Amino acid sequence: MKTTSLERSKRMGQIVTYGALILGSIIMIFPFVWMILTSFKTQAESMKIPPVIFPSSFLLKNFSDAVASLPFFSMYANTILMIIFRVIFAVAFSSMAGYAFAKLHFKGKNILFGIVLMQMMLPSQIFIIPQYQMVAKLGIANSIAALVFPGLVSAFGTFFLRQSYLGIPNEVAEAAFLDGCNQWQTFTKVMFPLTSSSVAALTVFTAVFAYSDLMWPLVVNSDLNMMTLSSGLATLRGQFSTNFPVLMAGSLLAMLPMVVLYLFFQRQFIEGIAMTGGK
Amino acid sequence: MNGKNKISRAARIEQNWGWFMVAPTIIGLVVLNVWPFIQTIYASFCEHLGFGNYKFIGLGNYVNMFQNADFWKATGNTLLFCVLTVPVGIFLSLLVAVMLNAKVKFKGGFRTIFFLPMVCAPAAVTMVWRWIFNADYGVLNQIFGSHVAWITDPNVALVSCAVVAIWSAIGYDAVLLLSGLQNISKSYYEAASIDGASKVTQFFKITLPMVSPTLFVTMIMRLMASLKVYDLIYMMVEETNPALTNVQSLIYLFYRESFVAGSRGSGSAIAVWTVLLIGVATLFQFWGQKKWVNYEV
Repeated sequence: MKTTSLERSKRMGQIVTYGALILGSIIMIFPFVWMILTSFKTQAESMKIPPVIFPSSFLLKNFSDAVASLPFFSMYANTILMIIFRVIFAVAFSSMAGYAFAKLHFKGKNILFGIVLMQMMLPSQIFIIPQYQMVAKLGIANSIAALVFPGLVSAFGTFFLRQSYLGIPNEVAEAAFLDGCNQWQTFTKVMFPLTSSSVAALTVFTAVFAYSDLMWPLVVNSDLNMMTLSSGLATLRGQFSTNFPVLMAGSLLAMLPMVVLYLFFQRQFIEGIAMTGGK
Repeated sequence: MNGKNKISRAARIEQNWGWFMVAPTIIGLVVLNVWPFIQTIYASFCEHLGFGNYKFIGLGNYVNMFQNADFWKATGNTLLFCVLTVPVGIFLSLLVAVMLNAKVKFKGGFRTIFFLPMVCAPAAVTMVWRWIFNADYGVLNQIFGSHVAWITDPNVALVSCAVVAIWSAIGYDAVLLLSGLQNISKSYYEAASIDGASKVTQFFKITLPMVSPTLFVTMIMRLMASLKVYDLIYMMVEETNPALTNVQSLIYLFYRESFVAGSRGSGSAIAVWTVLLIGVATLFQFWGQKKWVNYEV
């Protein structure tokens, strides 16, 4: 008697759990489904009351309209180049600095690391006006270089990779040293490869962060051909304020590459972003 | 003396390598962050004359700022946004995390779905939310048969923005909390079950205290992100929206002041104010954690 009631309450608990998870999933997924469905509708169809759920035919006109009014090819290229350069700089410089802060002894180490911590604690907006003025002075506004500029170094990456080097026992470096490696060889050939999972996490984090960033690309690159996907979409919003099918098509085009990457590498994405714990 | 020199030869090589390896990052941080930080503070006491030239005017920007109703409104909006997003968002995330920590099938699938907004640019997801919230043709009003102007009604728009913010962050916070939950040893629950403790009692007596350090970190991060909110509100509420002053956050006001109006002096003052606010909020949280965060075990 007791076991059956216990089993029943366990059963109930499971039903509630699944019910809540499925309801939650529907709420999470619905905006994406609605975006996809709307992107194929005509404007008249999208404004019908009561709403039509499925488009009468899967028109591609909205996509061609979005592509015609915004240079999507340039936007993809700009976004990809910005991400590649930011990742290369963040990984290279942060690995070097992270290794030095974790494993080497040098004068001024604590003060220099204090600079790293200070940058991490301050919101990026406090730097943005002077950074913009530098870009303007250097005459590199409206370029890939301008998009990459604030991401040349990464305080967060340095902090994060330092943690990862701290986790490697000193004996590893000492053994490499005894085998005749100098500091640089010890770092590049022995230590750096041991941090590959952290480097992967930093790569994902840097890429997603750069891709989502809106204020900096809006401020430095006003030329439509030099916009990123995010800042380009903000422009599209102004152009088609009421034509939602075109806006949905544009948003879908902007989201698609990252979502596809995510679906293929979901474990790396989720663990990478959760591991970095930043953002 | 001689011996010291001998030791320091190897040490000096190591020191040179250390300096060499941190040099790019440190030089970069000084140029890109430390110097701009000082410049922003200085500029907050200046009037911008155009082309990056500033004239020192003392506290003028701050005096104007503190007398400006829009500024106080933006401060209030930002705080209200935090009050709306942090408790509800963290509660829902914890709920999702606890459910995903139980024995459920398709755990990975659920996790993938809840995490999805994290890899979508805010610019893109807010676009579909604008459409869902649309007063005339939006699906939300049609489902409920209501006529609420979700984005243009000054009394409602901030709540709508908070809904989107919670929806966007829930999966991320849940993944963080889940990693905290997974570190709790199963033996506690087994012992509690033998003692006849119900699931609810187990949650409050075991789960909550044990996960509290992770919960604290997640809350701090969510609070910091909410105090700095910009992109989501910028995309939801354009500058011609009648609800603008009731919704714009401090960083949104900072953006408009610095880059739309071009008054970089007063923009800098807003940035300094926001940093102070974030500092105070963080201190407050660290002070409050003593009362509820459990670092034992």
